[in-house]
Amino acid sequence: MNETEAPTGLPATAPTAPEVARVPRPRRGQPPARPSRTRLAVRAFARDRVAVVALAVLLLVVLASLFAPLLAPFSPTAGDASLRLQGIGTPGHPLGLDGQGRDVLSRLLWGGRNSLAVAVVPVLVVFPIALLAGLVAGYTRGHLGDLIMRLLDVLFAFPLVLLAIALAAVLGAGLGNVMLAIGITLIPYMARVAYTTTVQEVGKEYVEAARASGATTRDLLLRELVPNVVSALLVYATTLCGLMIVVAAGLSFLGVGVIPPTPDWGIMTSDGASVLLEGKFHVATIPGLVILVVALSFNLIGDGLRDALDPRKQTT
Amino acid sequence: MIAVLRRLGSTVLVLLGVSLIVFLLLQLVPGDPARAVLGAGATQESLAAVRAQLGLDKPLAVQFLDYLGGLLRGDFGRSLTVNQDVSQLLLPRLENTLVLTGAALLVCLVVGIPLGILAARHQYGLFDRISMFVALAGACVPVYWFGLVLVGVLGLSLDLLPTSGMYNSRNPGGFEDLLAHLVLPAFTAALVPLAVIARMSRSVFVDVLQQDYIRTLRASGLSEASILWRHGLRNALPPIVNIVGLQVGYLLGGVIFVEVVFGWPGLGQQLYTSITQRDLPVVQAGVLFVAVAFVLVNLLADAAVGVLDPRSRRAVRA
Repeated sequence: MNETEAPTGLPATAPTAPEVARVPRPRRGQPPARPSRTRLAVRAFARDRVAVVALAVLLLVVLASLFAPLLAPFSPTAGDASLRLQGIGTPGHPLGLDGQGRDVLSRLLWGGRNSLAVAVVPVLVVFPIALLAGLVAGYTRGHLGDLIMRLLDVLFAFPLVLLAIALAAVLGAGLGNVMLAIGITLIPYMARVAYTTTVQEVGKEYVEAARASGATTRDLLLRELVPNVVSALLVYATTLCGLMIVVAAGLSFLGVGVIPPTPDWGIMTSDGASVLLEGKFHVATIPGLVILVVALSFNLIGDGLRDALDPRKQTT
Repeated sequence: MIAVLRRLGSTVLVLLGVSLIVFLLLQLVPGDPARAVLGAGATQESLAAVRAQLGLDKPLAVQFLDYLGGLLRGDFGRSLTVNQDVSQLLLPRLENTLVLTGAALLVCLVVGIPLGILAARHQYGLFDRISMFVALAGACVPVYWFGLVLVGVLGLSLDLLPTSGMYNSRNPGGFEDLLAHLVLPAFTAALVPLAVIARMSRSVFVDVLQQDYIRTLRASGLSEASILWRHGLRNALPPIVNIVGLQVGYLLGGVIFVEVVFGWPGLGQQLYTSITQRDLPVVQAGVLFVAVAFVLVNLLADAAVGVLDPRSRRAVRA
């Protein structure tokens, strides 16, 4: 269990029970002191075994992709035609070779860089934009807010996958364009979560209390609302990363994403499709399974985060 | 009545916005369309002539109004690669896509909702845990990959079902032939929305089953089946209908992958072909068709909720 707990940054010998007892009970209307808030969340997350395992799996994939130049035994783009389509367990090529004689393991490791970046970077970039739009629309509830939400309604009329495909198709393939296409697609979804959370939180008593005790708008936004809206958005963004892994690889699969021969999990799956008729399943199956596992990990981490950030579930 | 009108009005506005975005989509294309038509060696005069012919010399707003007027007359432009009007090209394919998505939606409803209800009935039990984990994993499956696995295993290795097209090309049969060709793609397309619908149905039902009237029904000795399927479902259905309406969007987007993998002659496959050929008027119209279909489905879902749930009619008006 030790190795799975390490990534959460929790000291291995954290004495849980006495620490909790020493944390002073926050008075009504006052947020708990900041360090204990994060700490409680981390502790709650570390108790969620499924989420911790998912985080460990994800970190493993990320590290493997980052260190692809060191780890990959072969070039991801140059193949050995004589070994074409050799299956799993070929000596020297544990995951076999693809239709052009390229090592599947090496392509998987290098491909992780592109597949992860294309999915995660847009989410990270859109996060502050969506936060701002949602806060403004949800807090002011004026004409500006109305206008923002009407605009988003129009974007919602496009199915997510379709909008991403259409934008990527129009912008042209390539790493940067795919990220742009995915980013634009994400804005309405993330902004709406920020908006609905803001509207919900504004109506709650603690905001009322802060306002009554003379908090300025700036204080109200930054100290009361932002932490709660960020929590909700963080959970959603984590889940979205999982979905975007699948969508981004799908764009590459359709040929509007990362440009071959650049390794990418979606391109690998599509390469595998063409050799399926030759009865070779491993080329398509392996990257598909990796996409599935990574997407699932993001979702499980998202679930864990949601529980960990819920104050009602933290202390017990 | 006022609520209905307001809902229709906002739908019209959304459709207007949709056509604007679809129109602007082509403005994002890098490069000069006139030069794309004529090639690199074109003279200034011939470029200007083509621009005038395509209406590109007018202001953007006028171009949009022209485009909108064309849409209202059923003119969706002309394909750049096939000598055909876009509407002629796309309408039969839209029909094929609706057959596929309809079948997939049926699978979603028939499997997804009961799965969610049974999981909620046995909340935190073994069935609940296993089925909901499978559903979470199912929602993460890349459809294009899943389709390939089905083609490989059920189609090629076991030779159980046809894996490509809508009808047997050498010996096209009738409805039975269509059904056989429909099984794999419909199931593939249904997988992700089915998983989402099952999870959502479960959480809706968990809420419903905790309500007081269910306890009253239990206390008065009604059978569990009657409580679940008659009284529980009646109250859970409105939110489920809304969720299903939204999942149709996923279905309409994901079906592109399914059609490509299974060679289904629908809108998605045409979009894919047109994208690879950079036949942008077809892409533009295809995207518009799907978005409009999605908007209308959600309008229908809202109408269905209004019928199913008398409370919502008052709530909207307030």
